[in-house]
Amino acid sequence: MSSIMAAKVRQKRVAQLIAHGKRLDGREPTDYREIQIESGLIERAEGSARVRLGKTEVLVGIKIEAGEPFSDVPNEGVLTVNAELVPLASPTFEAGPPDENSVELARVVDRGIRESKAIVLEDLCVEPGKKVFIVFVDIYVLNHDGNLIDASALASLAALMNTKMFNYEVKEGEIKIKPGYKPLPMRNYPIAVTFAKINDKLIVDSWLEEEQVMDARLTMAAEKDGKICAIQKGGYGYFTAQQIFEASKIAQQKAVELRKLVVKE
Amino acid sequence: MPIFYERRQLVTPGDLLAENEYINGENTYKENGKIYATRVGLFDYENKRVFVVALKAFYIPMVGDTVIGKVLEVTLGGWMVDIRAPYLAMLRASDALERPVRPQKDDLPSLFDVGDLMIAKIVAYDRTRDPLLTVLERGLGKITRGQLIEITPTKIPRVIGKKGSMIAVLKEHTGCQITIGQNGRVLISGKSPDDERLATMAIRKIEQEAHTTGLTDRITDMLRKEKGEKTEKEVVENVSKETWKTDR
Amino acid sequence: MSQKKPGKLIDENDVRLDGRKLNEMRPLKIEVGILGNADGSAYIEHGKNKILAAVYGPREIHPKHQALPDRAALRCRYHMAPFSVQERKSPAPSRRELELSKVIREALEPSIFTEYYPRTAIDLFIEVLQADGGTRCAGITAASLALADAGIPMRDLVSACAAGKVEGRLVLDLTDMEDKSGEADMPLAYMPNLNAVTLLQMDGMLTNEEFEQVVNMTLEGCKQINQLQKEALRAKYEAVKEAEIEKEEVEEEGEE
Repeated sequence: MSSIMAAKVRQKRVAQLIAHGKRLDGREPTDYREIQIESGLIERAEGSARVRLGKTEVLVGIKIEAGEPFSDVPNEGVLTVNAELVPLASPTFEAGPPDENSVELARVVDRGIRESKAIVLEDLCVEPGKKVFIVFVDIYVLNHDGNLIDASALASLAALMNTKMFNYEVKEGEIKIKPGYKPLPMRNYPIAVTFAKINDKLIVDSWLEEEQVMDARLTMAAEKDGKICAIQKGGYGYFTAQQIFEASKIAQQKAVELRKLVVKE
Repeated sequence: MPIFYERRQLVTPGDLLAENEYINGENTYKENGKIYATRVGLFDYENKRVFVVALKAFYIPMVGDTVIGKVLEVTLGGWMVDIRAPYLAMLRASDALERPVRPQKDDLPSLFDVGDLMIAKIVAYDRTRDPLLTVLERGLGKITRGQLIEITPTKIPRVIGKKGSMIAVLKEHTGCQITIGQNGRVLISGKSPDDERLATMAIRKIEQEAHTTGLTDRITDMLRKEKGEKTEKEVVENVSKETWKTDR
Repeated sequence: MSQKKPGKLIDENDVRLDGRKLNEMRPLKIEVGILGNADGSAYIEHGKNKILAAVYGPREIHPKHQALPDRAALRCRYHMAPFSVQERKSPAPSRRELELSKVIREALEPSIFTEYYPRTAIDLFIEVLQADGGTRCAGITAASLALADAGIPMRDLVSACAAGKVEGRLVLDLTDMEDKSGEADMPLAYMPNLNAVTLLQMDGMLTNEEFEQVVNMTLEGCKQINQLQKEALRAKYEAVKEAEIEKEEVEEEGEE
């Protein structure tokens, strides 16, 4: 059990307020906390970004390396997403191999990017079937104050947009780096919006205390044209079909708002 | 009348049994005025109470129940006992010895060793701790002879019968001593293995046909026939039997 | 939505490779109580999927620190046999299996009265012996029956299936090939009584309108599966009954 469980009295308060459409920090059910995005802070990485969503803090670093393609898609580069719930981020995170929470986080963020075909993987092919570029997206959670999924997805997108690939040419089957950079080729900008269900009400961007009393969570990612490109329900509770439809509509609106913070027109 | 099944109909978890003015009994739950089954079993009702006789359910300890347990582990303070429940039970050394335990002097395995069977009573059990047993009362203690059979705990009441009618039939026609554990274990101790086998057969039959009517009579008939045939056989064949030793 | 071009997977008459209509489910065969040691078990064949589910519990929990003070801890392992897929899969748990173990556990937990058995464990094992798309759904369907077979009290059975979009058409119950080449795949698990969706995931891209249609299609599929689950539970009971009851004893039993 978490050692950061809020006292029962406070938990009750959080849940009661939400039953009346109010949140402890004064936010509306569909409001996000204050968001700060900073890109390019890790020079050694090909791309990086840090997102502060309220007090939740996530750093994403992008590395690009040459490697082999998957046999079923020999002409495409490879995307791989990994997440670490670094122990310093929360008293509940332990050092060790990825547990189910960090695996789920990585795979949900991956889904949004992959299914929206955000990265033009075909442009990352050096030699079909033999050599392609692998894009490593490493999510590093630095402080857990709720809604890790949205913060990680946003930081991943910002980091990818910040990513510069070195220019290269292929000589005798080897990649030779040339001077200059070009941005990572991207064509879509998926945004994840996560809902928590508390006392039968849906709220967006749950913070830690709200997550402790929630029944279940639902993440929906939307791509630039408003299509849904990833969904993940989590937690021990459930949603009705009506709540799911309600969430998908709100998710699309919020995705448009959040995207403006990362993608400048 | 908002009841949706007939008596003895098979229901499965989540089946809507009744609505509104009914009270939910065992193996059911009520939500928003509707009563649903929680287990697979036979639907039944009595007055306004709706319930399900479960086909399969494991034993949940209840204070006051007599149970038959098997020792799994001997510890410093007593014994950990398997009572076929989700929780392991504990028998304190101080209970069995009727005085505080003296760790250096007392040889606990000599009282109950790993694998020993016992008849005990549950004296304490709540949501925060494992069941606690006692062997102090009359009829409780280590089991030294007889055969143990295990049946689904929900069928135990049928083995006892209304006002003990079924168990009386079993005892009378098999001549065996029959001790019943609420946790689905039955100890049969007879004068010969044949008698014990007869009693075992009868109890298995009761377990399988527990949901039918007229069972007591059918068991009585079955037992009479089995013994009747035997007696005739003995007369006709004049077989001399070995004396069987009773064993555990 | 649909251009009626003949594709590789669906032809111009909306007939799929295996002969099914767009909203037709693959055949299902379910058996309950087939394993001797487990407290409850079920086996399902759904199309080419072959999946076994088994339950142990409620039982003492090890390691002790995983015990929950107020309810049973449901632990779930979803695992694929190395020979279950085209290219042999390493027996070591993959990240996908880890994620699926989690979402499957979260799909079943709402249906169990875990609060009745504090400090115990209910251990659920799902083994995929052969896979052809929709294994997490078939696994959930079998696991729910295994729980009922174990006599664990439940609010409702959990029924699961998937729907999605393939070659421009919305379809029910995708095979592995349809999932890989299709535009979207959405597995969903449902408790019909409480109108509760306990598992929902989606890969692919769907407009809002398509999404609503796919959800409704899946819910209908889950309702069909729910009926088959109930029949499977009844069939097990009927088999036991027939073997024992003498003919004079004909009483009316579980006809629905």
